[in-house]
Amino acid sequence: MENLENIIQEAEREFSECVTVNDLEQAKAKFLGKSGVLTELLKGLGKLSSEERPKAGAAINVVKQAVEKSLKDRRDFIAQAEQQKKLESESLDVTLPGRNRGAGGLHPVTLTLARIEAIFRSIGFEVAEGPDIETDFYNFTALNIPDNHPARAMHDTFYIDESHVLRTHTSPVQIHHMEENKPPIKIIAPGRVYRVDSDATHSPMFHQVEGLWVDKDVSFANLKGVVQDFLQNFFEKNDLEVRFRPSFFPFTEPSAEMDMSWNGGWLEIGGCGMVHPEVLKHVNIDSELYRGFAFGLGVERLTMLRYGVNDLRLFFNNDLRFLGQFGK
Amino acid sequence: MQFSENWLRSFVDTTLDTSELTYALTMSGLEVEELISVAPSFSNVVVAQIVSAEKHPDADRLQLLKVDIGGEFLQIVCGASNARAGLKAPCALVGAKLPGFEIKQAKVRGVDSYGMMCSAKELGLAEESEGLLEINENAKVGQDIRDFFDLNDQMITLKLTPNRSDCLSILGIAREISALTGAPLTLPDINQVTIQLNEIKNVHVTAPEACPLYCGRLIKGLNPNIKTPDWIKSRLERSGLRSINAIVDITNYVLLEIGQPMHAFDASKVQGDVSVRFASDKEKLLLLNQVEVELDKDMLVIADKSGPIALAGIMGGDSTSVSISTTDIFLESAFFSTDFIVGKARRLGLSTDSSYRFERGVDFGSTRLAIERATRLILDICGGLAGEVIEIKGSLPLRKTVKLRMEKLVSILGIDIDESKVSELFTKLGLSFTKNEEGFQVVPPSYRFDIAIEEDLIEEVARLYGYDKIPATPPYSKLAMLPSSERLVHLNALRDMLASNGYQEVITYSFVDKAWEQNLTENNNPIELKNPIASNLSVMRSSLWGGLVDTLIYNLNRKQERVRVFEIGTTYFKNNDKFHEKTTISGLTYGDLFPEQWSVDPVSVDFFDIKSDVERLTNFKSNFQAAEHPALHPGQTAEVMLHGRKIGWVGKLHPKWQQHYEIPGDVLLFELEVEPILSRDLIQYEEVSKVSPLRRDIALVVDESEDFGSILQTMRSADIQYVKEIELFDVYRGKGVPENKKSLAFLVVMQDTHRTLTDMEADAAITNLLQLVGEKHGATLR
Repeated sequence: MENLENIIQEAEREFSECVTVNDLEQAKAKFLGKSGVLTELLKGLGKLSSEERPKAGAAINVVKQAVEKSLKDRRDFIAQAEQQKKLESESLDVTLPGRNRGAGGLHPVTLTLARIEAIFRSIGFEVAEGPDIETDFYNFTALNIPDNHPARAMHDTFYIDESHVLRTHTSPVQIHHMEENKPPIKIIAPGRVYRVDSDATHSPMFHQVEGLWVDKDVSFANLKGVVQDFLQNFFEKNDLEVRFRPSFFPFTEPSAEMDMSWNGGWLEIGGCGMVHPEVLKHVNIDSELYRGFAFGLGVERLTMLRYGVNDLRLFFNNDLRFLGQFGK
Repeated sequence: MQFSENWLRSFVDTTLDTSELTYALTMSGLEVEELISVAPSFSNVVVAQIVSAEKHPDADRLQLLKVDIGGEFLQIVCGASNARAGLKAPCALVGAKLPGFEIKQAKVRGVDSYGMMCSAKELGLAEESEGLLEINENAKVGQDIRDFFDLNDQMITLKLTPNRSDCLSILGIAREISALTGAPLTLPDINQVTIQLNEIKNVHVTAPEACPLYCGRLIKGLNPNIKTPDWIKSRLERSGLRSINAIVDITNYVLLEIGQPMHAFDASKVQGDVSVRFASDKEKLLLLNQVEVELDKDMLVIADKSGPIALAGIMGGDSTSVSISTTDIFLESAFFSTDFIVGKARRLGLSTDSSYRFERGVDFGSTRLAIERATRLILDICGGLAGEVIEIKGSLPLRKTVKLRMEKLVSILGIDIDESKVSELFTKLGLSFTKNEEGFQVVPPSYRFDIAIEEDLIEEVARLYGYDKIPATPPYSKLAMLPSSERLVHLNALRDMLASNGYQEVITYSFVDKAWEQNLTENNNPIELKNPIASNLSVMRSSLWGGLVDTLIYNLNRKQERVRVFEIGTTYFKNNDKFHEKTTISGLTYGDLFPEQWSVDPVSVDFFDIKSDVERLTNFKSNFQAAEHPALHPGQTAEVMLHGRKIGWVGKLHPKWQQHYEIPGDVLLFELEVEPILSRDLIQYEEVSKVSPLRRDIALVVDESEDFGSILQTMRSADIQYVKEIELFDVYRGKGVPENKKSLAFLVVMQDTHRTLTDMEADAAITNLLQLVGEKHGATLR
């Protein structure tokens, strides 16, 4: 029986020397194969007497089971080691950059326009549009700026021919919209406008947003309310103050210049007022029944304040190092 | 409008300090644009007189002065070459703080000096100056120099809106301050002169509608050598006007003071009677500024026997201008109607203080007053004898009564205000009014040209009430939801799509270089601006490509190697003098498809990269066909079709333009009309099959001249039963495929909604397809 104990030990030793599954299979053959030690022992049982046979058989079986267990343990061990090795070989430097398809982005003026639209939409303003090439009538006359009015000279207008100009403001959209729609009217009109002026603080092309609300009972106090609400939301500053100063626009009366508090001072942010009765008359709206307010905001100005941009010219140079900062 | 603060304060005695005053002006609608002190701050500088001047014992260039500072004598060492006994000049006493330094008692080359005699530069009164500032010999010794020169004064510039012509004078602004604060108004002292000259100049007004009021007067025997007194000169200068000569300075002074433009003619050069008439066509006049203008028939002139001698309300003529030898003048103060002056100066390329005021409206109530005021000043300063004023009066502008209803006032402003408050405000404004049931009846004064309708009065009330006191009240409105169509794509969705495909949005000018239009669109007749800001921004774009290529070049010059940009903007077209505009979306890609990186081998963008962006923008509904475009490579250009309509182009920039613009690599471009791609069909669900689809691959060999698009079109439009999908997965040329032929490999997906297809059914469908492409395109199975 000592011999049997030795078999277990010998098997364990041989198995433990195996590094690959292949080695292990060969070692297994030596003990459990067709002519393996244990197989031979089992074959030898036939030579024993019938009394001895069960006992000896049982003893061999115990050994066989022990060898098989040892084999299985080693097999598991090798499998695990191989798995581990494979995992190790597959490990990555996860700090390397991800595959880059390149990032694009939107122009900061677009970001501002989208914000303005979203904020005004939230209280029911719709977006209206008009052409860039306007007739003299829509850009001036219908807005109560007759020929030779000094306000015309203040507009530094680009002319295309006798009767066509590049719109100097988005206000003509008011006229187009009121011609085609009946009150109540509640629109904003964003767009490009043009003035013959180019220096560090003026661009010959820039963006405005016009707002117009015509109804039976809107007031100057409401105009202040809407503008203040907008600016506080746009800048996400609930303590932002809005100041109105008397001003003059031929198409509003009373008219005001809007200032907002900024870094301890006041900044001009646009013009506004109650729609002039002459303007309503031009579009056949009864000014005894309806009144309206209108305002115009400078989009580049808002964008500069919002993002801390300090030079207007950056918006139209289209330097990718500038624009890329507004990427998504 | 620039003026001196102290001049204003001489008209209205307000307790507001400078910053309160400027704030009040700004908040009443007279925006203060600039505020500049006439002198920097300094202290302890007085008028001093040099009693004696002796050479310094140890320095050739220095003098030892004995200086009288008003009963007290100081020893001062001075290096100024004009320091001499008897001279009056500013003296900074010990302890004086001058701009940048402080005066201390000092030893100069061994001699004690108790102060410093000053130049204009040292006091900050001039940029450059030589020697001591010499002061008028009548100056009182010991007087503070700031008082002597009235240096505690500011130059205020107002940015006046065109409606407030009444504030184009000191008087007008003072009136406003008085209305705002209740401070009393002091009018200029107009002590009429005694008529001592029994001579008049006859005046004929033949255009009374344009000149409803004309006042003229002869003044003779002026002393031509008189210089403008310092107080007038300094007020003019602080108001931005240069001193010219005594007579012109006085008329300018009255212009600023009262707001009435005036003109003085040299009477000895005026021939015969004076007339106010319209110019005859092509009549010529040499103006004061030495410019000869050709007049139109609608321009008003002052004329004598010889012809026009002044452009009424705009500028005088050269022939009758006042000179250093003038002793007799004909002084004019007139009211010219806004309607007849407006636009004329501009037409002649002129803008004067006079035309500026007449275009906006001058107070006809002070025309006569002004001539009396000017005469008084002229006689007091230049001497001479004044004749009677000739006054010719027609029908002056009517001041119509304007009503103000309380109910309208309250509802427009959205404030609580009662009648007594409105009465109070109107009284402060000097408006004459009566009350009635509804509210007020107001007659605007002659100096207010901006009060014509009820809303104008509402603004006046609001202004004086204070815009800042009107509350910011949220409006009440019926709630109604805004329409939201799912069939319309928002422009911003297209922007987001391109941005997430690596494109940067740009905004380029709507006007471009004419050459861009010619080169890139062969547009030889673009919409031109009459007054472009620069020659390279002179025409309206009909394509966004110019701006994009320009952006590419700008960024290539700044070492960018990969550029992907897009713009959504308007393009402009002309058709028989009618203009129309299209919203357009364009993109440009240049350089590598992906940014340079460790994990992707560099590959340049090509036609199919940018084509895929176009397919995405058009929701994969667009078709492409080979075409030619002046900007693009003839073999790599496609017209983009959507729902059977041409909507744009995609392709590679023509190598000749690439070379022309010195661009090192390929440039890929697309441009599409936006409007057609914004509308989408509302999605309608199709049943999803419960059985698995069957796939068959077929490789077709066709001639090189056969294009993929037509073959696909043939197979898809055949609408063969069970065929759900046909896609290209390989294009092959080479071994196994004859010369001038190519192999196109398609996968064909077949399916029935309810049951699995049999092989026979699938085979039949494929046979069908093969037969079709065989007949139409000569395709054979590889």
